[in-house]
Amino acid sequence: MTVESLLILVLALPAAGALSVLLLGRSSVAVVKGVGLAFSLAAFAASLAVAFAFDPSAAGFQMVSRYPWVDTLAISFHVGIDGMSLLLILLTTFMTPIALLASWNSIEKRVKEYVIMMLLLEAGILGVFTALDIFLFYIFWEAMLIPMYFIIGIWGGSNRVYAAVKFFLYTMTGSLLMLVAIIWLGYQGPLQVGQSFTTDLVKLYEVGPLLPAQVQLWMFLAFTLSFAIKVPLFPLHTWLPDAHVEAPTAGSVMLAAVLLKMGTYGFLRFSVPLFPAATLACIPWLSALAVIGIVYGALVSMVQTDIKKLVAYSSVSHLGFVVLGIFALTEESVQGGVLQMVNHGLSTGALFLLVGMMYERRHTREIAEFGGLARVVPVLAVFFMIVSLSSIGLPGLNGFVGEFLILVGAYASPYLSVWFAIISSTGIIFAAIYLLWMYQRVFLGENLNPKNGSLKDLSTREVFVLVPVVFLIVWIGVFPGTFLKLSGRSTQELVNAFRRATSGVSADAVPSSGVGAESAPRPLTPPVR
Amino acid sequence: MQVGPELRHCILSGKFLISGNYSTSNDPNTDIIPTELMPIDYNVAFPLALICSLGILVLITDAVITKSGAISYWMSVAGLTIIGAFLFPGIELNGGVPAPSGLSRLFCTIFIASGLLTVIFSRDYLRRLGSERGEYYLMIIFSVAGMMLMALATDLVILFLGLELMSICLYVLAGYLRTRISGNEASLKYFLLGAFITGFILYGIALIYGSTGSLSIDRLVERMQTPGQPVLFWTGAILLLGGFTFKVGAFPFHMWIPDVYQGAPTPVTALMATGAKTAAFSVLVMVFSRRGGMNSGLIRDALSFLAAASMIAGNVMALRQQNVKRMLAYSSIAHAGYMLVGVAAGTPLGSEGVAFYLFSYLFMNLGALGVVSMLEEKEEKNLGYDDYAGLSTGNPVLAALMAVFLFSLAGLPPFGGFFGKYFVFVAAVESGLTWLAILGVLASLTGVYYYIRLVMVMYFQESERASPSPIPVAAFAALILAALINLQLGILPSSLISLIHNLR
Repeated sequence: MTVESLLILVLALPAAGALSVLLLGRSSVAVVKGVGLAFSLAAFAASLAVAFAFDPSAAGFQMVSRYPWVDTLAISFHVGIDGMSLLLILLTTFMTPIALLASWNSIEKRVKEYVIMMLLLEAGILGVFTALDIFLFYIFWEAMLIPMYFIIGIWGGSNRVYAAVKFFLYTMTGSLLMLVAIIWLGYQGPLQVGQSFTTDLVKLYEVGPLLPAQVQLWMFLAFTLSFAIKVPLFPLHTWLPDAHVEAPTAGSVMLAAVLLKMGTYGFLRFSVPLFPAATLACIPWLSALAVIGIVYGALVSMVQTDIKKLVAYSSVSHLGFVVLGIFALTEESVQGGVLQMVNHGLSTGALFLLVGMMYERRHTREIAEFGGLARVVPVLAVFFMIVSLSSIGLPGLNGFVGEFLILVGAYASPYLSVWFAIISSTGIIFAAIYLLWMYQRVFLGENLNPKNGSLKDLSTREVFVLVPVVFLIVWIGVFPGTFLKLSGRSTQELVNAFRRATSGVSADAVPSSGVGAESAPRPLTPPVR
Repeated sequence: MQVGPELRHCILSGKFLISGNYSTSNDPNTDIIPTELMPIDYNVAFPLALICSLGILVLITDAVITKSGAISYWMSVAGLTIIGAFLFPGIELNGGVPAPSGLSRLFCTIFIASGLLTVIFSRDYLRRLGSERGEYYLMIIFSVAGMMLMALATDLVILFLGLELMSICLYVLAGYLRTRISGNEASLKYFLLGAFITGFILYGIALIYGSTGSLSIDRLVERMQTPGQPVLFWTGAILLLGGFTFKVGAFPFHMWIPDVYQGAPTPVTALMATGAKTAAFSVLVMVFSRRGGMNSGLIRDALSFLAAASMIAGNVMALRQQNVKRMLAYSSIAHAGYMLVGVAAGTPLGSEGVAFYLFSYLFMNLGALGVVSMLEEKEEKNLGYDDYAGLSTGNPVLAALMAVFLFSLAGLPPFGGFFGKYFVFVAAVESGLTWLAILGVLASLTGVYYYIRLVMVMYFQESERASPSPIPVAAFAALILAALINLQLGILPSSLISLIHNLR
């Protein structure tokens, strides 16, 4: 079996799983779940094989396969990976079986449809991370909306319909504008610089930087808006708390762990390398929004009374770090950004799992309802502690490595003033406050609510769900090199290509960039709720 | 007014010509009398002869042998299937059955498929409403014949003949349910407005003939691309454009659509929304975007305006609808707008895009209206959004099919509707109409909302209503087929694209 077909296998397994479950007929619920889990585990195994076959020292895309698809419009089925996408693929295939296993008992109605939707979601996300044709990318980007919409809308909480529709419309708004940009970039862009039309990303990497700065700016804005909604970047984040809170546990896990990363991945894969001149012009603005998001998300988390909402807002804060790392555009910061995507996936994913487990026991997520749980459910409390600390960024756990790299890179970045790094580092302090304060109120102290007295501790299945995540949290914290090595070459290339493309461009050449790198605007004072 | 040579010739010989390669003269500047009649082009005449024979056969059977609808139904299904199989461009039968060339062939296939599916959905619908009669199927067949005549015409008079044949059958069909008041309203409204617009078209034809002395469509297209035409000619062309824009149901000629679509029997609505729309679009494509290259400024501006206005108006008005049939009616205005984007682009890619769009639209819209027709009950009951609540538990397969059609209508990948939109928008960007593409995606965002709302009602709301009566096998198979074609067009669109590409 060639390595190329191995990657195709990773893509095909979840889709094949969905089809198999569909064709199972009236099988028992256990069989349906078992088949779904088996396929997602097989996809994980295949992605591990891909990771071993991946050569971290090689440049460019690997395991590339390309088949003609729509000849008339020069669209091809073109997939391949580099270090950055490999990490996210691993994250996706790792989290899907965990999410399935976590929802083993909590999903009671329409189990078959649920498993199908989860597998389709995985297939769509994997497609996003592997597509090397902007059109193919768009197909996957849009197609994965449908399963997520159903997951929130059918199996979600009381206000699920509102959340599902809001999620759908928000993301559609961005992506439809991106569609026009994709069409323009594919069909007019290459003509402008004397090449024939193409939607091949590798070819467009050559074309994009050659476009006039004004054009680049419009394209950049169209792409970036779509990604910024998905991340979500402040002030486009308002869909996120609703979607997170209303989604079922597994949906929240997938949403936090993988879906949001599609936005930050889009920045790295499309916005920055395709439109370097426009990126240069927009760095101060996007970074300012990222910093606002970091502080704002943290402050809003602090005042939440619902644990799940607290975790949801903490995502806004953590993703702000990732965006800051990406747009600081130094090797360290981008490396940190990529690693932080994985870290956030693991720790926030695990937090949602734990909140889901608590909800299954008590059917509430109000902090005030809990108290002194550490004595009643010690195992759950220990897991919650580890994951919280990882989310805070305690040295020795994964969060520290990513945030540290981002801050170091942002501090040293030639494009950003040092204040960006300084202000965003307060986000870490705030994270410690809101998470530890919540932990204290929920797990420590006296148990004053009699309903909490008889709670059961984690079952074997639940421990099985959490152990792999915690294992990775510690692994990344202690030996981050294993993972940094995979994406090192790709991020290096990205940063170097950006430097090359912008070295000739002075800040004045880009319209509407009266603000150069030196005179970056100070981030505004974050609004306090 | 002096009767022009061609027309006099035709009148004298008592025949109008339908021909795939109708050319009276090699010199475009002089309109010379054809000295002899062109030989009949069997490639064009054969399918027309077939469909008309089928119509006459059904008519005689119904009049002489039996009054029951069953025999007419089965004859229609069998006949339309056979003719469709002859015509479908993907199939080349041994021995080379005569068939028309070019895009018209695809359009004819669309008409036949539209007619066939309508017949299949009608059976159960009419029996449920207790008014199945043989002549209903007859009307469908003749309206399909009219559509084919429109797509195959190379002469404005023949075009007009086809238009009238189609329209008159549809006027009757719209009011077929005699006891239904909204049906009578639909029929009357459609008839009055339709007759009015027919006058426009006829007047346009007269003006074109008066200013150029020719009725040939080829000649009309040539003249539109040569500068320096008299004002009368342009007046005629604009009248013609307006008339056919009315027939496709584009803004601002859309007023009849909601009431007529809502009042007509649901399968007839499906026929009007797919077949009749395609017929009018076939004319627009042939006349206003045929020769490639750019349309002349005036027509292009007019088409762009119509496209933009229809996309916005249709989608916005569909937002507030509470009746599914009416929502689909408004949304068909929006879809006419998307297709007009491709016509306005005026490039080969544009007309191929429109053809692709029409083909996929046939299956998604007919599918959606098919589901609506199965759920509809007597006295226009069960058509509201709320009536679809909990359909996914009552009848999961029907709900899933409806979801596929709605996602396709909303233009989401991986369904056929997405590629239809993609092609026309690519054509727009390619020919410098980027603003129209941006407007188009924003409008379709509005569209997503009301389609998704129906999916939401079906899947996210519970209801204790009893599940609907079992679905008849034939209609069910037709729905499954339509859904599969939607998926196929969304996942492997190149099969149809290359087919269309090679037709030119």
